[in-house]
Amino acid sequence: MNLLIEAVQWLFSPERLEGSNPIPVRIEEHLFYTFFAVIVAALIAVPLGFYIGHTGKGRDFAVGLSGAARALPSFGLILLLVLLIGVTQVQLQLATITAFVLLAIPSILAGAYAGIEAVDRRVIDAARAVGMTEWQILWKVEVPLGLPLLIGGLRAATLQVVATATLAAYVGLGGLGIYIFRGLPLQRYEEMLGSALLIAALALVLDGIFALIQQFAVPRGVSAGRAKDVRTSSTRRRAVAAKPAQERRG
Amino acid sequence: MTWIINNLDLIWGLTLEHIRLSIPPIVLGFLISIPLGWLAYRFKLTRGILLTLAGLLYTIPSLAMFVLLPPLIGIPFLSELNITIALTLYAVAIMARSVADALGSVDPAIRQSATAVGFGGWRRFWTVDFPLAGPVVLAGLRVAAVSTVSLVTVGILIGVQSLGYLFTNGFQRRILEEIFAGVVMTVIVALVIDRALVLLGRMLMPWTTVAKQKAPAPALEGAPA
Repeated sequence: MNLLIEAVQWLFSPERLEGSNPIPVRIEEHLFYTFFAVIVAALIAVPLGFYIGHTGKGRDFAVGLSGAARALPSFGLILLLVLLIGVTQVQLQLATITAFVLLAIPSILAGAYAGIEAVDRRVIDAARAVGMTEWQILWKVEVPLGLPLLIGGLRAATLQVVATATLAAYVGLGGLGIYIFRGLPLQRYEEMLGSALLIAALALVLDGIFALIQQFAVPRGVSAGRAKDVRTSSTRRRAVAAKPAQERRG
Repeated sequence: MTWIINNLDLIWGLTLEHIRLSIPPIVLGFLISIPLGWLAYRFKLTRGILLTLAGLLYTIPSLAMFVLLPPLIGIPFLSELNITIALTLYAVAIMARSVADALGSVDPAIRQSATAVGFGGWRRFWTVDFPLAGPVVLAGLRVAAVSTVSLVTVGILIGVQSLGYLFTNGFQRRILEEIFAGVVMTVIVALVIDRALVLLGRMLMPWTTVAKQKAPAPALEGAPA
């Protein structure tokens, strides 16, 4: 318990705002790596996922990809890419962000296509019957209905990258992991513990924000319908299909 | 290739060590998640509490978890026990939810029939509910197993030897092949354990291979919802 108090003292000491390692700068780096990688990954994975979900083509490829990617150790991937690309500051950033993007793609891809795939086929047939074009079906029916699962995919990807970004300090890239890697050889446990608390808090806050966004992403018509059938049938039976298992790697 | 050929013994030794470290969290996680998953399935109150806790636990990055656990539960920081407990917690966080979902997926009509022909609660759980929930439980177990194998590598940062050694050592000595060997072997160990679980599932649940048409894609990642 003493150690915890020291850790909190370390965290809130005014020295944390100055010197070569101010916490706000490290948080900024951490968030920059995270969001940059997730956005790049989303630009690649979302259109691909929509295509797979809408046409049903390449589904096996996507399932296989997310299965295989799960086994990939993120720490090894970062180090591998750094040795491949190079060790100047710019190359380091390129290498680690590439690793983060690769780690983020499978979750986002799965969220995008699973969201569209989960839309009731009758709804899509109805949309086609009233004369919507394929493009309209995608954007006005499938995407809004699949949005919660897509955001779920973005949420999982963000958490993976936030966790993995902690390891970026090992190759000298900053982020919040730097305090753990600096404290480790010096046995400064208050520093390691204080920063671990901060890292955990950051991940929890991001997760909370995504949880809120996910709530708002359910289209109004759908949430109204959903509220109704909670009363008439058991909520338990439906739980499986809508909640794919997740994993962590960082 | 020369580095790999010259160091086959090292790679093999670390692979065995890696497997040895991966199995306890997977097995313990599975055993612990059965009662917890049941609690989460059975009562609304415990469902909210347990699944929220699991979600929060799961959100904490592994390196932070390795640092946070020791002072909280009084174990040494640089120890195998630390890794085992942290990875068991992650495995429980994944599997408690899938056990709860799995039990929820059992057809209530079957449950009522079992009760009607005189099955008591305990016997019904082990001979009816749990076997029928098996495929969904297995899907969760596979996710937990593969992610455990991949997370064991992070343990090298707190001095626990595994295939992760090839990452840090290869990085310090700038040997690309060494890191590559570590990544490939980790993936292979994960896939072998995953395959073994599938085969075990087929042996224990022979009916799933017959009723294959409804097999869900277990490998989806996504919302912790």
